[in-house]
Amino acid sequence: MARNITDSTDNALPAKIPFWYDPTKRAIIYQVVVLGMVGMLGYYLFSNTLANLERQSIATGFGFFAKEASFEIGESPIPYSAADTYARALLVGVLNTLKVAFVGIILTVILGTIVGIARLSTNWLVAKLATIYIETMQDIPVLLQLFFWYSVSYESLPSPRQALNPITGVFLSNRGLVFAVPESHPTHGTMALAFLAGCLAVWALRRWARRRQERTGQPFPVFLVSIGVLFGLPLAAWLLSGAPLKMNVPELRGFNFQGGLTLSPEFVALLLGLVLYTAAFVAEIVRAGIQAISRGQVEAAMSIGLKTGQVLRLVILPQALRVIIPPLTSQMLNLTKNSTLAVAIGFPDFVSVANTTINQTGQAIEGVGLIMVVYLFFSLTTSAFMNWYNKRKALVER
Amino acid sequence: MVDSQQRTQSEELKPPVTRVKVIGWIRANLFNSVFNSFLTIVTLYGLWQIVPPLVRWAFIDSSWNTTGKACRAAGGACWSVVTKNLRFILFGFYPYDLQWRPLLGMIILVTLLLLSRNRRYWKKSLGYAWLVGLFSMGLLLRGGLFGLSPVESAKWSGLPLTLLLSIFGLTAAYPLGVVLALGRQSRMPAIKSLSIVYIETIRGVPLISLLFMSSVMFPLFLPEGITINNILRAQVAIILFTAAYIAEVVRGGLQAISRGQYEAAESLGLNYYQKMRLIILPQALKIVIPPSVGILISAFKDTSLVVIIGLYDLLKTTQATLSDPKWMGFSVEAYIFIALIYFVGCFSMSNFSRRLEQELYRGT
Repeated sequence: MARNITDSTDNALPAKIPFWYDPTKRAIIYQVVVLGMVGMLGYYLFSNTLANLERQSIATGFGFFAKEASFEIGESPIPYSAADTYARALLVGVLNTLKVAFVGIILTVILGTIVGIARLSTNWLVAKLATIYIETMQDIPVLLQLFFWYSVSYESLPSPRQALNPITGVFLSNRGLVFAVPESHPTHGTMALAFLAGCLAVWALRRWARRRQERTGQPFPVFLVSIGVLFGLPLAAWLLSGAPLKMNVPELRGFNFQGGLTLSPEFVALLLGLVLYTAAFVAEIVRAGIQAISRGQVEAAMSIGLKTGQVLRLVILPQALRVIIPPLTSQMLNLTKNSTLAVAIGFPDFVSVANTTINQTGQAIEGVGLIMVVYLFFSLTTSAFMNWYNKRKALVER
Repeated sequence: MVDSQQRTQSEELKPPVTRVKVIGWIRANLFNSVFNSFLTIVTLYGLWQIVPPLVRWAFIDSSWNTTGKACRAAGGACWSVVTKNLRFILFGFYPYDLQWRPLLGMIILVTLLLLSRNRRYWKKSLGYAWLVGLFSMGLLLRGGLFGLSPVESAKWSGLPLTLLLSIFGLTAAYPLGVVLALGRQSRMPAIKSLSIVYIETIRGVPLISLLFMSSVMFPLFLPEGITINNILRAQVAIILFTAAYIAEVVRGGLQAISRGQYEAAESLGLNYYQKMRLIILPQALKIVIPPSVGILISAFKDTSLVVIIGLYDLLKTTQATLSDPKWMGFSVEAYIFIALIYFVGCFSMSNFSRRLEQELYRGT
């Protein structure tokens, strides 16, 4: 060591550093080696695959999209029959996945928030029950929960003839959950339009109210007026068209129900399993978010004269949401990814349809690739949205 | 005199009955406001509606060691489906006479897990003990050495398979995860972007798609004539999947180490490997032990997904039992039993990780 130092002081710097001591050149060599190894591995797998495909005479490519699928799909939001193409079958799968994810996410957020708040309740009984719920649900695999609910629905529920009828118009049997819905009427379209108009009006109103408050300091009851507009406009449309009240009530005909809206046992089991499982995680996130706000914040807000509602809306929620939203989105994503377990209980989600496609066409690589691309698309869009949201909501630090 | 007077006074001034003991506790915790009183009453009513029938079903009317027919006659819960098929549910198709081997392997693993809970045993020897334990678990399952008769992997099933996939999965994924985490922190653009692409892709897709890949695509990747059995293929998928999650956890640990540590190591003249091995990783890996236990819990739960590609893990052996006409219709009881197994495993691990977290934070 010491000799080295004297050496270098004696001889000054060597004219040329050997390239293996130069960090920049060494880094380039490392990267070339790693890339080369990854490339060789990729080439090895690729050539093996090509050889195997040729031997088994499987055509590659997405030509199978246009062929006839010739399998039925149990439930579909768009018209579909076995005579349609694989592309349409896969589209049905994507729509079914989105349906489960959308409904599931809404229910999960509601249930998770309730349980999370319940866990912090000063009521001992409620807090303990919430804790037991969270611990139990988190520690049981979601697939097992799905099997459990599915087996409950087809083993323990009665046949449609003896269907349980907890509320008028709602029937629960081993054929699923059937309930009454309003008979379709042209005014429903008008109501949807009225609701959209209401959304636009609320957006404009919020902008105007904020400007006015900045200019004059006068607050405007935006929240109440918004609720009035959002619900009032569709209600007015409904009343103007004569308030149609006819309901489409399910009736028992033969062995099954006719009319009303039917949720299949698979859908109900999938939804129940996913919601109960994910809500336990969401509850913990909500609890952490609420606990992250120090008591001083609430006291400070009250001491400057804000009302309880304002404390919640202006002080607590904006801060709690900043803590809650990022882990919450990853849970939503988990729910979407876990909805692939539908394949195990026979709900035709995207993976289930893609699996059938793989089995029928033998296009394993394209099928698995499609599954990965679709879910990757979901998660990348979500994380892009998250980054945007985080940037908007991040604390502005000086 | 003064003393006794004081005592009598304090005895006279007891707090009101409604503030102490049982009544006081009930007032403070169940009826402290109008809304809470209402909530308590509603909850109690709900429990009264649910719990007694449940207890009646699960314990009073239940049958514990009868045939399926007798169960149907009794009407209550049929725990016989578990007791009569216990060995099949736990060990599946493993040869009946040799089932002591996986049992012994599981006892070794559980003992090691229990030992690892105590921080006094955290030494190098524990690491070697784990290696020996994992090796002997594999040896016991596989046989073929030391006079143990070989058992082909197609017969490995039940709880040993679940434990094997999750614990071996985590052990093998850890080094890969650490390498990926270091790669993601690297200053070399090619290595950094490769790591990021790998981690984000794996984390963005569901485990199911990797398992499908292992069951339908792996055979295409391999040269002609070479086949890998499906347990190993699933194991590889689980390792690749878990490694991405471990990488993110380890990255958190690396970022938590202050810059000064890196700079101090560099100023001592340590090169990259020495710096990481001697200074950074020992500290970073210690911080990430609690979240790593969280990953072990998820891996333990997620191995149940191998059901979908047809491996006989704990969940699948249960379903196989339930497809027997003699025991058809008792799914709820059987599922509750294995839910209990999963719950005990996950709950003890998560409790351990929570305790450890408190200890580690207090320690530093």
